Amino acid sequence: MGAAITVNELTIGWGDFVLMHEISFEIQQGDVFVILGGSGCGKSTLLRHLIGLEQAKSGTIEIAGLGAPRIGEGAPPYGVMFQSGALFGSMTLAENVGLALRSWTDLDRDAIDAVVRDKLRLVGLDGFEHHLPAEISGGMKKRAGIARALALDSKLLFLDEPSAGLDPISAVELDELLLSLNRNLGVTTVLVTHELESIYKIATRCIMLEKEAKGIIARGNPRELRDTSTDPAVSAFFNRTVRGDA
Amino acid sequence: MAQPPQSYSLERRDDGAGTTLHLRGAVALRDAPRFVKELRAQLAAASQPCVFDLAELEEIDTAALALLLHEGRRLSPPAELEGASGGVADVLTLYREQPQESLREPPGGQGLLLQVGEVTYGLWERGLQTLTYVGECVAAAGSTIRNPRGVPWRDVVRIMERAGADGLPIVVLISFLIGLIMAFQSAVQLQQFGADIFVADLVGLVVTRELGPLMTAIVVAGRSGAAFSAELGTMTVSEEVDALHTLGLNPYRYLVVPRVLALVLVLPLLTLVADLTGVVGGLITGVGILDLTPRAYLNETRLALEPWDVYSGVLKSVFFAFAVSLIACERGLSTRGGADGVGRSTTSAVVTTLFTLVALDAVFAVLFHLYGV
Repeated sequence: MGAAITVNELTIGWGDFVLMHEISFEIQQGDVFVILGGSGCGKSTLLRHLIGLEQAKSGTIEIAGLGAPRIGEGAPPYGVMFQSGALFGSMTLAENVGLALRSWTDLDRDAIDAVVRDKLRLVGLDGFEHHLPAEISGGMKKRAGIARALALDSKLLFLDEPSAGLDPISAVELDELLLSLNRNLGVTTVLVTHELESIYKIATRCIMLEKEAKGIIARGNPRELRDTSTDPAVSAFFNRTVRGDA
Repeated sequence: MAQPPQSYSLERRDDGAGTTLHLRGAVALRDAPRFVKELRAQLAAASQPCVFDLAELEEIDTAALALLLHEGRRLSPPAELEGASGGVADVLTLYREQPQESLREPPGGQGLLLQVGEVTYGLWERGLQTLTYVGECVAAAGSTIRNPRGVPWRDVVRIMERAGADGLPIVVLISFLIGLIMAFQSAVQLQQFGADIFVADLVGLVVTRELGPLMTAIVVAGRSGAAFSAELGTMTVSEEVDALHTLGLNPYRYLVVPRVLALVLVLPLLTLVADLTGVVGGLITGVGILDLTPRAYLNETRLALEPWDVYSGVLKSVFFAFAVSLIACERGLSTRGGADGVGRSTTSAVVTTLFTLVALDAVFAVLFHLYGV
């Protein structure tokens, strides 16, 4: 399989400040690719650049079959789940999930309702179709956000800390869902997460960012990095130790 | 308030080559004001270098230690700490294990030139953002005209209800009181000349041409403009606007156009209601204070008013609606930060809108005068 996303010498920053300097990596089609790193190293910012919500200072991002990341009017080429879920507060969960279907397909109302129910069932929210976001918990909002990201069955999915704040059972169910989407539908998934159990379980490859290095300090399979990396920062992260104690 | 008994003591010893400050007893946050005062007094008289001897210090909490370290760092060279043991050593270790950056002094203030430069650059950025916003709104308006089905009309109706029907009572009340007050104030003057009946002319003209549209726009700016800004600001900081982008929906078309449409439809209607209730306010004063009959008052109002007087007010209200909605949405969409940012955006939206409304009203007054209407 070829590359789903190719990032070439990307420099991210604002004004004189450089957050990441000339980073390059590839995400292969069918990967469950995790962006790792400590707080403030720019994981979510990198994700926003991959989605096309922000422009880099220099360098390129190439998405297979699309070119540069593209957002704007038109059916979205990929699904995105934001850290908080980012559900629209004035809409019910069903309306949130059905928004893209109503906007970009010719399906009639019954068909949209059926698809929406199915997507909500997929994330364990069947029966909550008519609830407003304010009426559900933070974890449920995240799951509804995932259902919305899955609405158009995109082959590329971006998730920002999907399992943070979820109870252990919901987190495991979410991992199973992402694995199932990946294995059965070939969905390439790019996610930012700190959850090591989840990373070991679902990630095929990862990159690890570091604030001080302004870039990538490790890349590869997370289990292999845990077992073989000699970099103290990488080892400390994967073994949950303070640097130097490992 | 009575001070607690002193649980510590400070003793300074100068030996020619420097000063040793012996701390004894227990120091905690409750002792801080007195402790810092005494410490500063001792250090002011100390010769350098200075050593803080903690050998006889039995207990110190983190706040008191932070103050001690802070005072020690202000010396040149910074004071050395020695002799800590037991619990005091543990607290000291806790501090020393933290990254040194966290104990550094905060950076000093910026120079004047740098501040001027930053403000100028900020204004330039703001100007560019406003131009981009105007361009996006024009593009969204064009796209709405080409494809009206793309507008969330349900939202338009919802916003019309909130801005119009829900705002009606306060608009009615304020315009009624304005008509009443204006009639009362003018009656006092006009009565002196036996020109009581002209109160109806004055109230009718001023309410329909100026105060009806302006006060209604101000009320709508305070209610709906602030609400638009807060709503869009919250959506921006909670990534809902980004989510719209990623769903392929243009936020200008999806969020700004419905609000502009709603206000453009509602504000002229509210203005007409305000005109009517303003005249009723004047009528109450005219009948109650000046002993005019309702028929005479209304007849005089009808004779004083030309259709253009009402039309010009309604025309202005359309421009006011654009100003209120566009400014509020721009401030909302440019919100940065969290709840604090939303508050700033809302305040800025209301202040900017009020200024713009008054400025627009002045422009209209001059234009109408120049064209003799």
